[in-house]
Amino acid sequence: MTALLSLSGLTKAYPGVIANDDVSFDIEPGEIHALLGENGAGKSTLVKMIYGLVRPDSGTMMLHGEAFAPPEPRAARASGVAMVFQHFSLFDALTVAENIALGMENSPDTADLTEQIIEVSGKYGLTIDPYRMVGDLSAGERQRVEIVRCLLQNPKMLIMDEPTSVLTPQEVEVLFKTLRQLSDEGTSILYISHKLDEIKVLCEHATILRRGKVVGTCIPKDETAKSMAEMMVGSKLRTPKKHYTRHGAALLGLHNLWLKSKDPFGTSLKEITFNLHEGEVLGVGGVAGNGQDELMLAISGEELTPAHAIQFKGEDIGQLGPNPRRMRGLLTAPEERLGHAAAPDMSLSENAFLTGAIRQNLTHNGMIKTAATRAFAREIIEQFDVRTPGTENDARSLSGGNLQKFVIGREILQKPDVFVVNQPTWGVDAAAAADIRHAILELAKNGAAVLVISQDLDELMEISDNIAILSEGTLSAPRPAKGITVEQIGLMMGGTEVEHV
Amino acid sequence: MFKLERRPTPSKAMVVLTPVLAVVLTMIAGGILFAILGKNPFEAIRIIFWDPLFNEVVASYTRPQLLVKAAPLITIALGLSFGYRANIWNIGAEGQFIMGAIAGGAVGLAFYPTESVLIFPLMVLAGAIGGFLWAMIPAFLKIKFNANEILVSLMLVYVAINFLGAMVTGPLRSPVGMNFPVSRNFNEYPSAYNGELIANTGLHMGIFVTLAAVIVSYILLKHHIFGFQVRTAGQSPRAAKFSGVNPNITIAICLGISGGLAGMAGLFEVTGPAGKLSTNFPLGYGFTAIIVAFLGRLNPIGITFAGLLMALTYIGGELAQFQLSVPAASIQVFQGMLLFFMLAVDILVTFRIRLASREVA
Repeated sequence: MTALLSLSGLTKAYPGVIANDDVSFDIEPGEIHALLGENGAGKSTLVKMIYGLVRPDSGTMMLHGEAFAPPEPRAARASGVAMVFQHFSLFDALTVAENIALGMENSPDTADLTEQIIEVSGKYGLTIDPYRMVGDLSAGERQRVEIVRCLLQNPKMLIMDEPTSVLTPQEVEVLFKTLRQLSDEGTSILYISHKLDEIKVLCEHATILRRGKVVGTCIPKDETAKSMAEMMVGSKLRTPKKHYTRHGAALLGLHNLWLKSKDPFGTSLKEITFNLHEGEVLGVGGVAGNGQDELMLAISGEELTPAHAIQFKGEDIGQLGPNPRRMRGLLTAPEERLGHAAAPDMSLSENAFLTGAIRQNLTHNGMIKTAATRAFAREIIEQFDVRTPGTENDARSLSGGNLQKFVIGREILQKPDVFVVNQPTWGVDAAAAADIRHAILELAKNGAAVLVISQDLDELMEISDNIAILSEGTLSAPRPAKGITVEQIGLMMGGTEVEHV
Repeated sequence: MFKLERRPTPSKAMVVLTPVLAVVLTMIAGGILFAILGKNPFEAIRIIFWDPLFNEVVASYTRPQLLVKAAPLITIALGLSFGYRANIWNIGAEGQFIMGAIAGGAVGLAFYPTESVLIFPLMVLAGAIGGFLWAMIPAFLKIKFNANEILVSLMLVYVAINFLGAMVTGPLRSPVGMNFPVSRNFNEYPSAYNGELIANTGLHMGIFVTLAAVIVSYILLKHHIFGFQVRTAGQSPRAAKFSGVNPNITIAICLGISGGLAGMAGLFEVTGPAGKLSTNFPLGYGFTAIIVAFLGRLNPIGITFAGLLMALTYIGGELAQFQLSVPAASIQVFQGMLLFFMLAVDILVTFRIRLASREVA
């Protein structure tokens, strides 16, 4: 049997880095093929070449045994290659059908299209209402819109980039069912994910990239998540160890916090109440878009609340801005690295200054202490193993995982009493994620209180003492992480009551 | 075929080179323009860019004029550059310039004919306050109602022009001006006159203020936390808010600085080079300063050079008008082209041009 897609010797260099170096492998018809690698290993560049977004410097691709060199995505789509991106390209203010029509080459009229959408979504179990506004959809539903859009073009090969990072465990199940069905019908799937457990159950083959090169292939079901991670990293992994400790006094308290979201498609917070104690790691689970951003903004001080709704060491701080809160020892790291936690076009030392100015004492009469700022940036880079040529490189130039280490390191090195972090390891490779979790646990061990907001349930179970779920702006009562199962949390996330577990 | 490819990091060399490239392109396009008008393009370009500086016949007059014209442009552009870095678009510096001239001029004229060394500083202060308050209108409306500052500040220019007309035909009309719509001449009132400090150099008090503004702006932008906050607010508003920058305060400060500096420039202009308030007073410095700010890459040093260059096109344009009888509008076309080319070649900072030969297969 000839391979559906055959890559040989693909090489792509960017100034200063070889993103792909002589990459060769085949994908058979109907095969679900995993592409594994750390951040910056070259996975994105590779799929961009297949999808016609980037052209290789050398090497060839064959599709159905014929030379394949798409000059642009339209050509790739015409040849039957479709891609679902990690970040959705949908317009909130348009309906599902309108969004799908916009992404199609020759879209049929609305009535026909609507019919097709209903047909395809029914066939693959991707329930979706074509008339709904995309802004009202959950992340999982948005992904279905993207997948349906691809399926309408009858792809022979579907590329999926980190598809499960925004899904509940139940939604992941539905997705996998769909993918297996597609595979049975002969569609090949190239599947990129950091979640090795998922790859184990879904994928038939895996190709592992490290620093742009293929360093190995494996059959995922014969491997363990740990062994695959070690192949990606090329060395042994350390697994963070959680030590359950007794907790001290309450440091951060939210009391009956109501906050209306400023984003028309955001989620308002309702009656949020919890206490966070010395040495405690509280994990807040839930699918993104259920009030995580709003909760983060309220705690960081970017959104003000009634003064008594947020207390820090007994003081009402709801009316204080971000800097007074930093001064008191409440530090935060928002989810969005580029544009929120860090300014993309500013250097790392400027980004170190961004939140470190006060606690690290980086100004003198308003003048920036350049040397001290650089030293702080260098300290972050060294202690948190941020891979970058230097402190004067733009934040944008770092890979996602490296920037995340920088952002987390920047806050942790400022010795917070309370540290609140949203999605600490989102899109971060296994080794970096382990480092970040380890740093969070160390912080708690030394007496700080940590609030971790994450969609990654395994992560929450691994590092949290207590877990609460944020769903539609309401936070469940925290319960001990010990003994809780992923299924139980998953059900709570989906909004289904699990009173009697 | 050519192809644009994103640079991995913005080119530092291009940041400096693109303004020069824009000037060269303007000269070429301008030369073509003059050729179409039936003039010798090389002569025209020489008259505009060379003669004001080096022609022995005219340079004794034009060199001092260079400073006189560049100073207000630079002062206003410096103020604007803070806002532009923070994505706050004050388009109404012309109005703030006029209101500064009116406010400062009125304070001086109120003391006429008392002589005191305190009067001029008081007028400068009043000029700055006049421009500042005028800029506070778009600031307030933006903060309170999210009104677009581009529209509000621009419309307020025309309000200021009409207010100027009302003032010079009303309360500020010169009692010895034979009912012309002009104020008293400041050169007849020594305490309020901003004359040349050294004869035939063009050097007046405003130029020292310009110089000080260049230095202070440079320090603020490069080394002070305020400059950092302004840059962050412009580049990534959410990161700025996260780092504790209050967007409303940034709006007020940025508009305030540009209004204050434009107002001061207006006061120096009206009491010196212009000599009096009249309906002919607005010369468009406030608008030209927008070009200066961008041509100078919102950088104080760059703005200084850009202001001098723009002053050169003013003076050279007048010379060309005089010697080659090219239309007066051609100098405005010239200045417009400069901004046009500047914005066009700006893409080279973040992109580079590649020959797309091999990849078209």
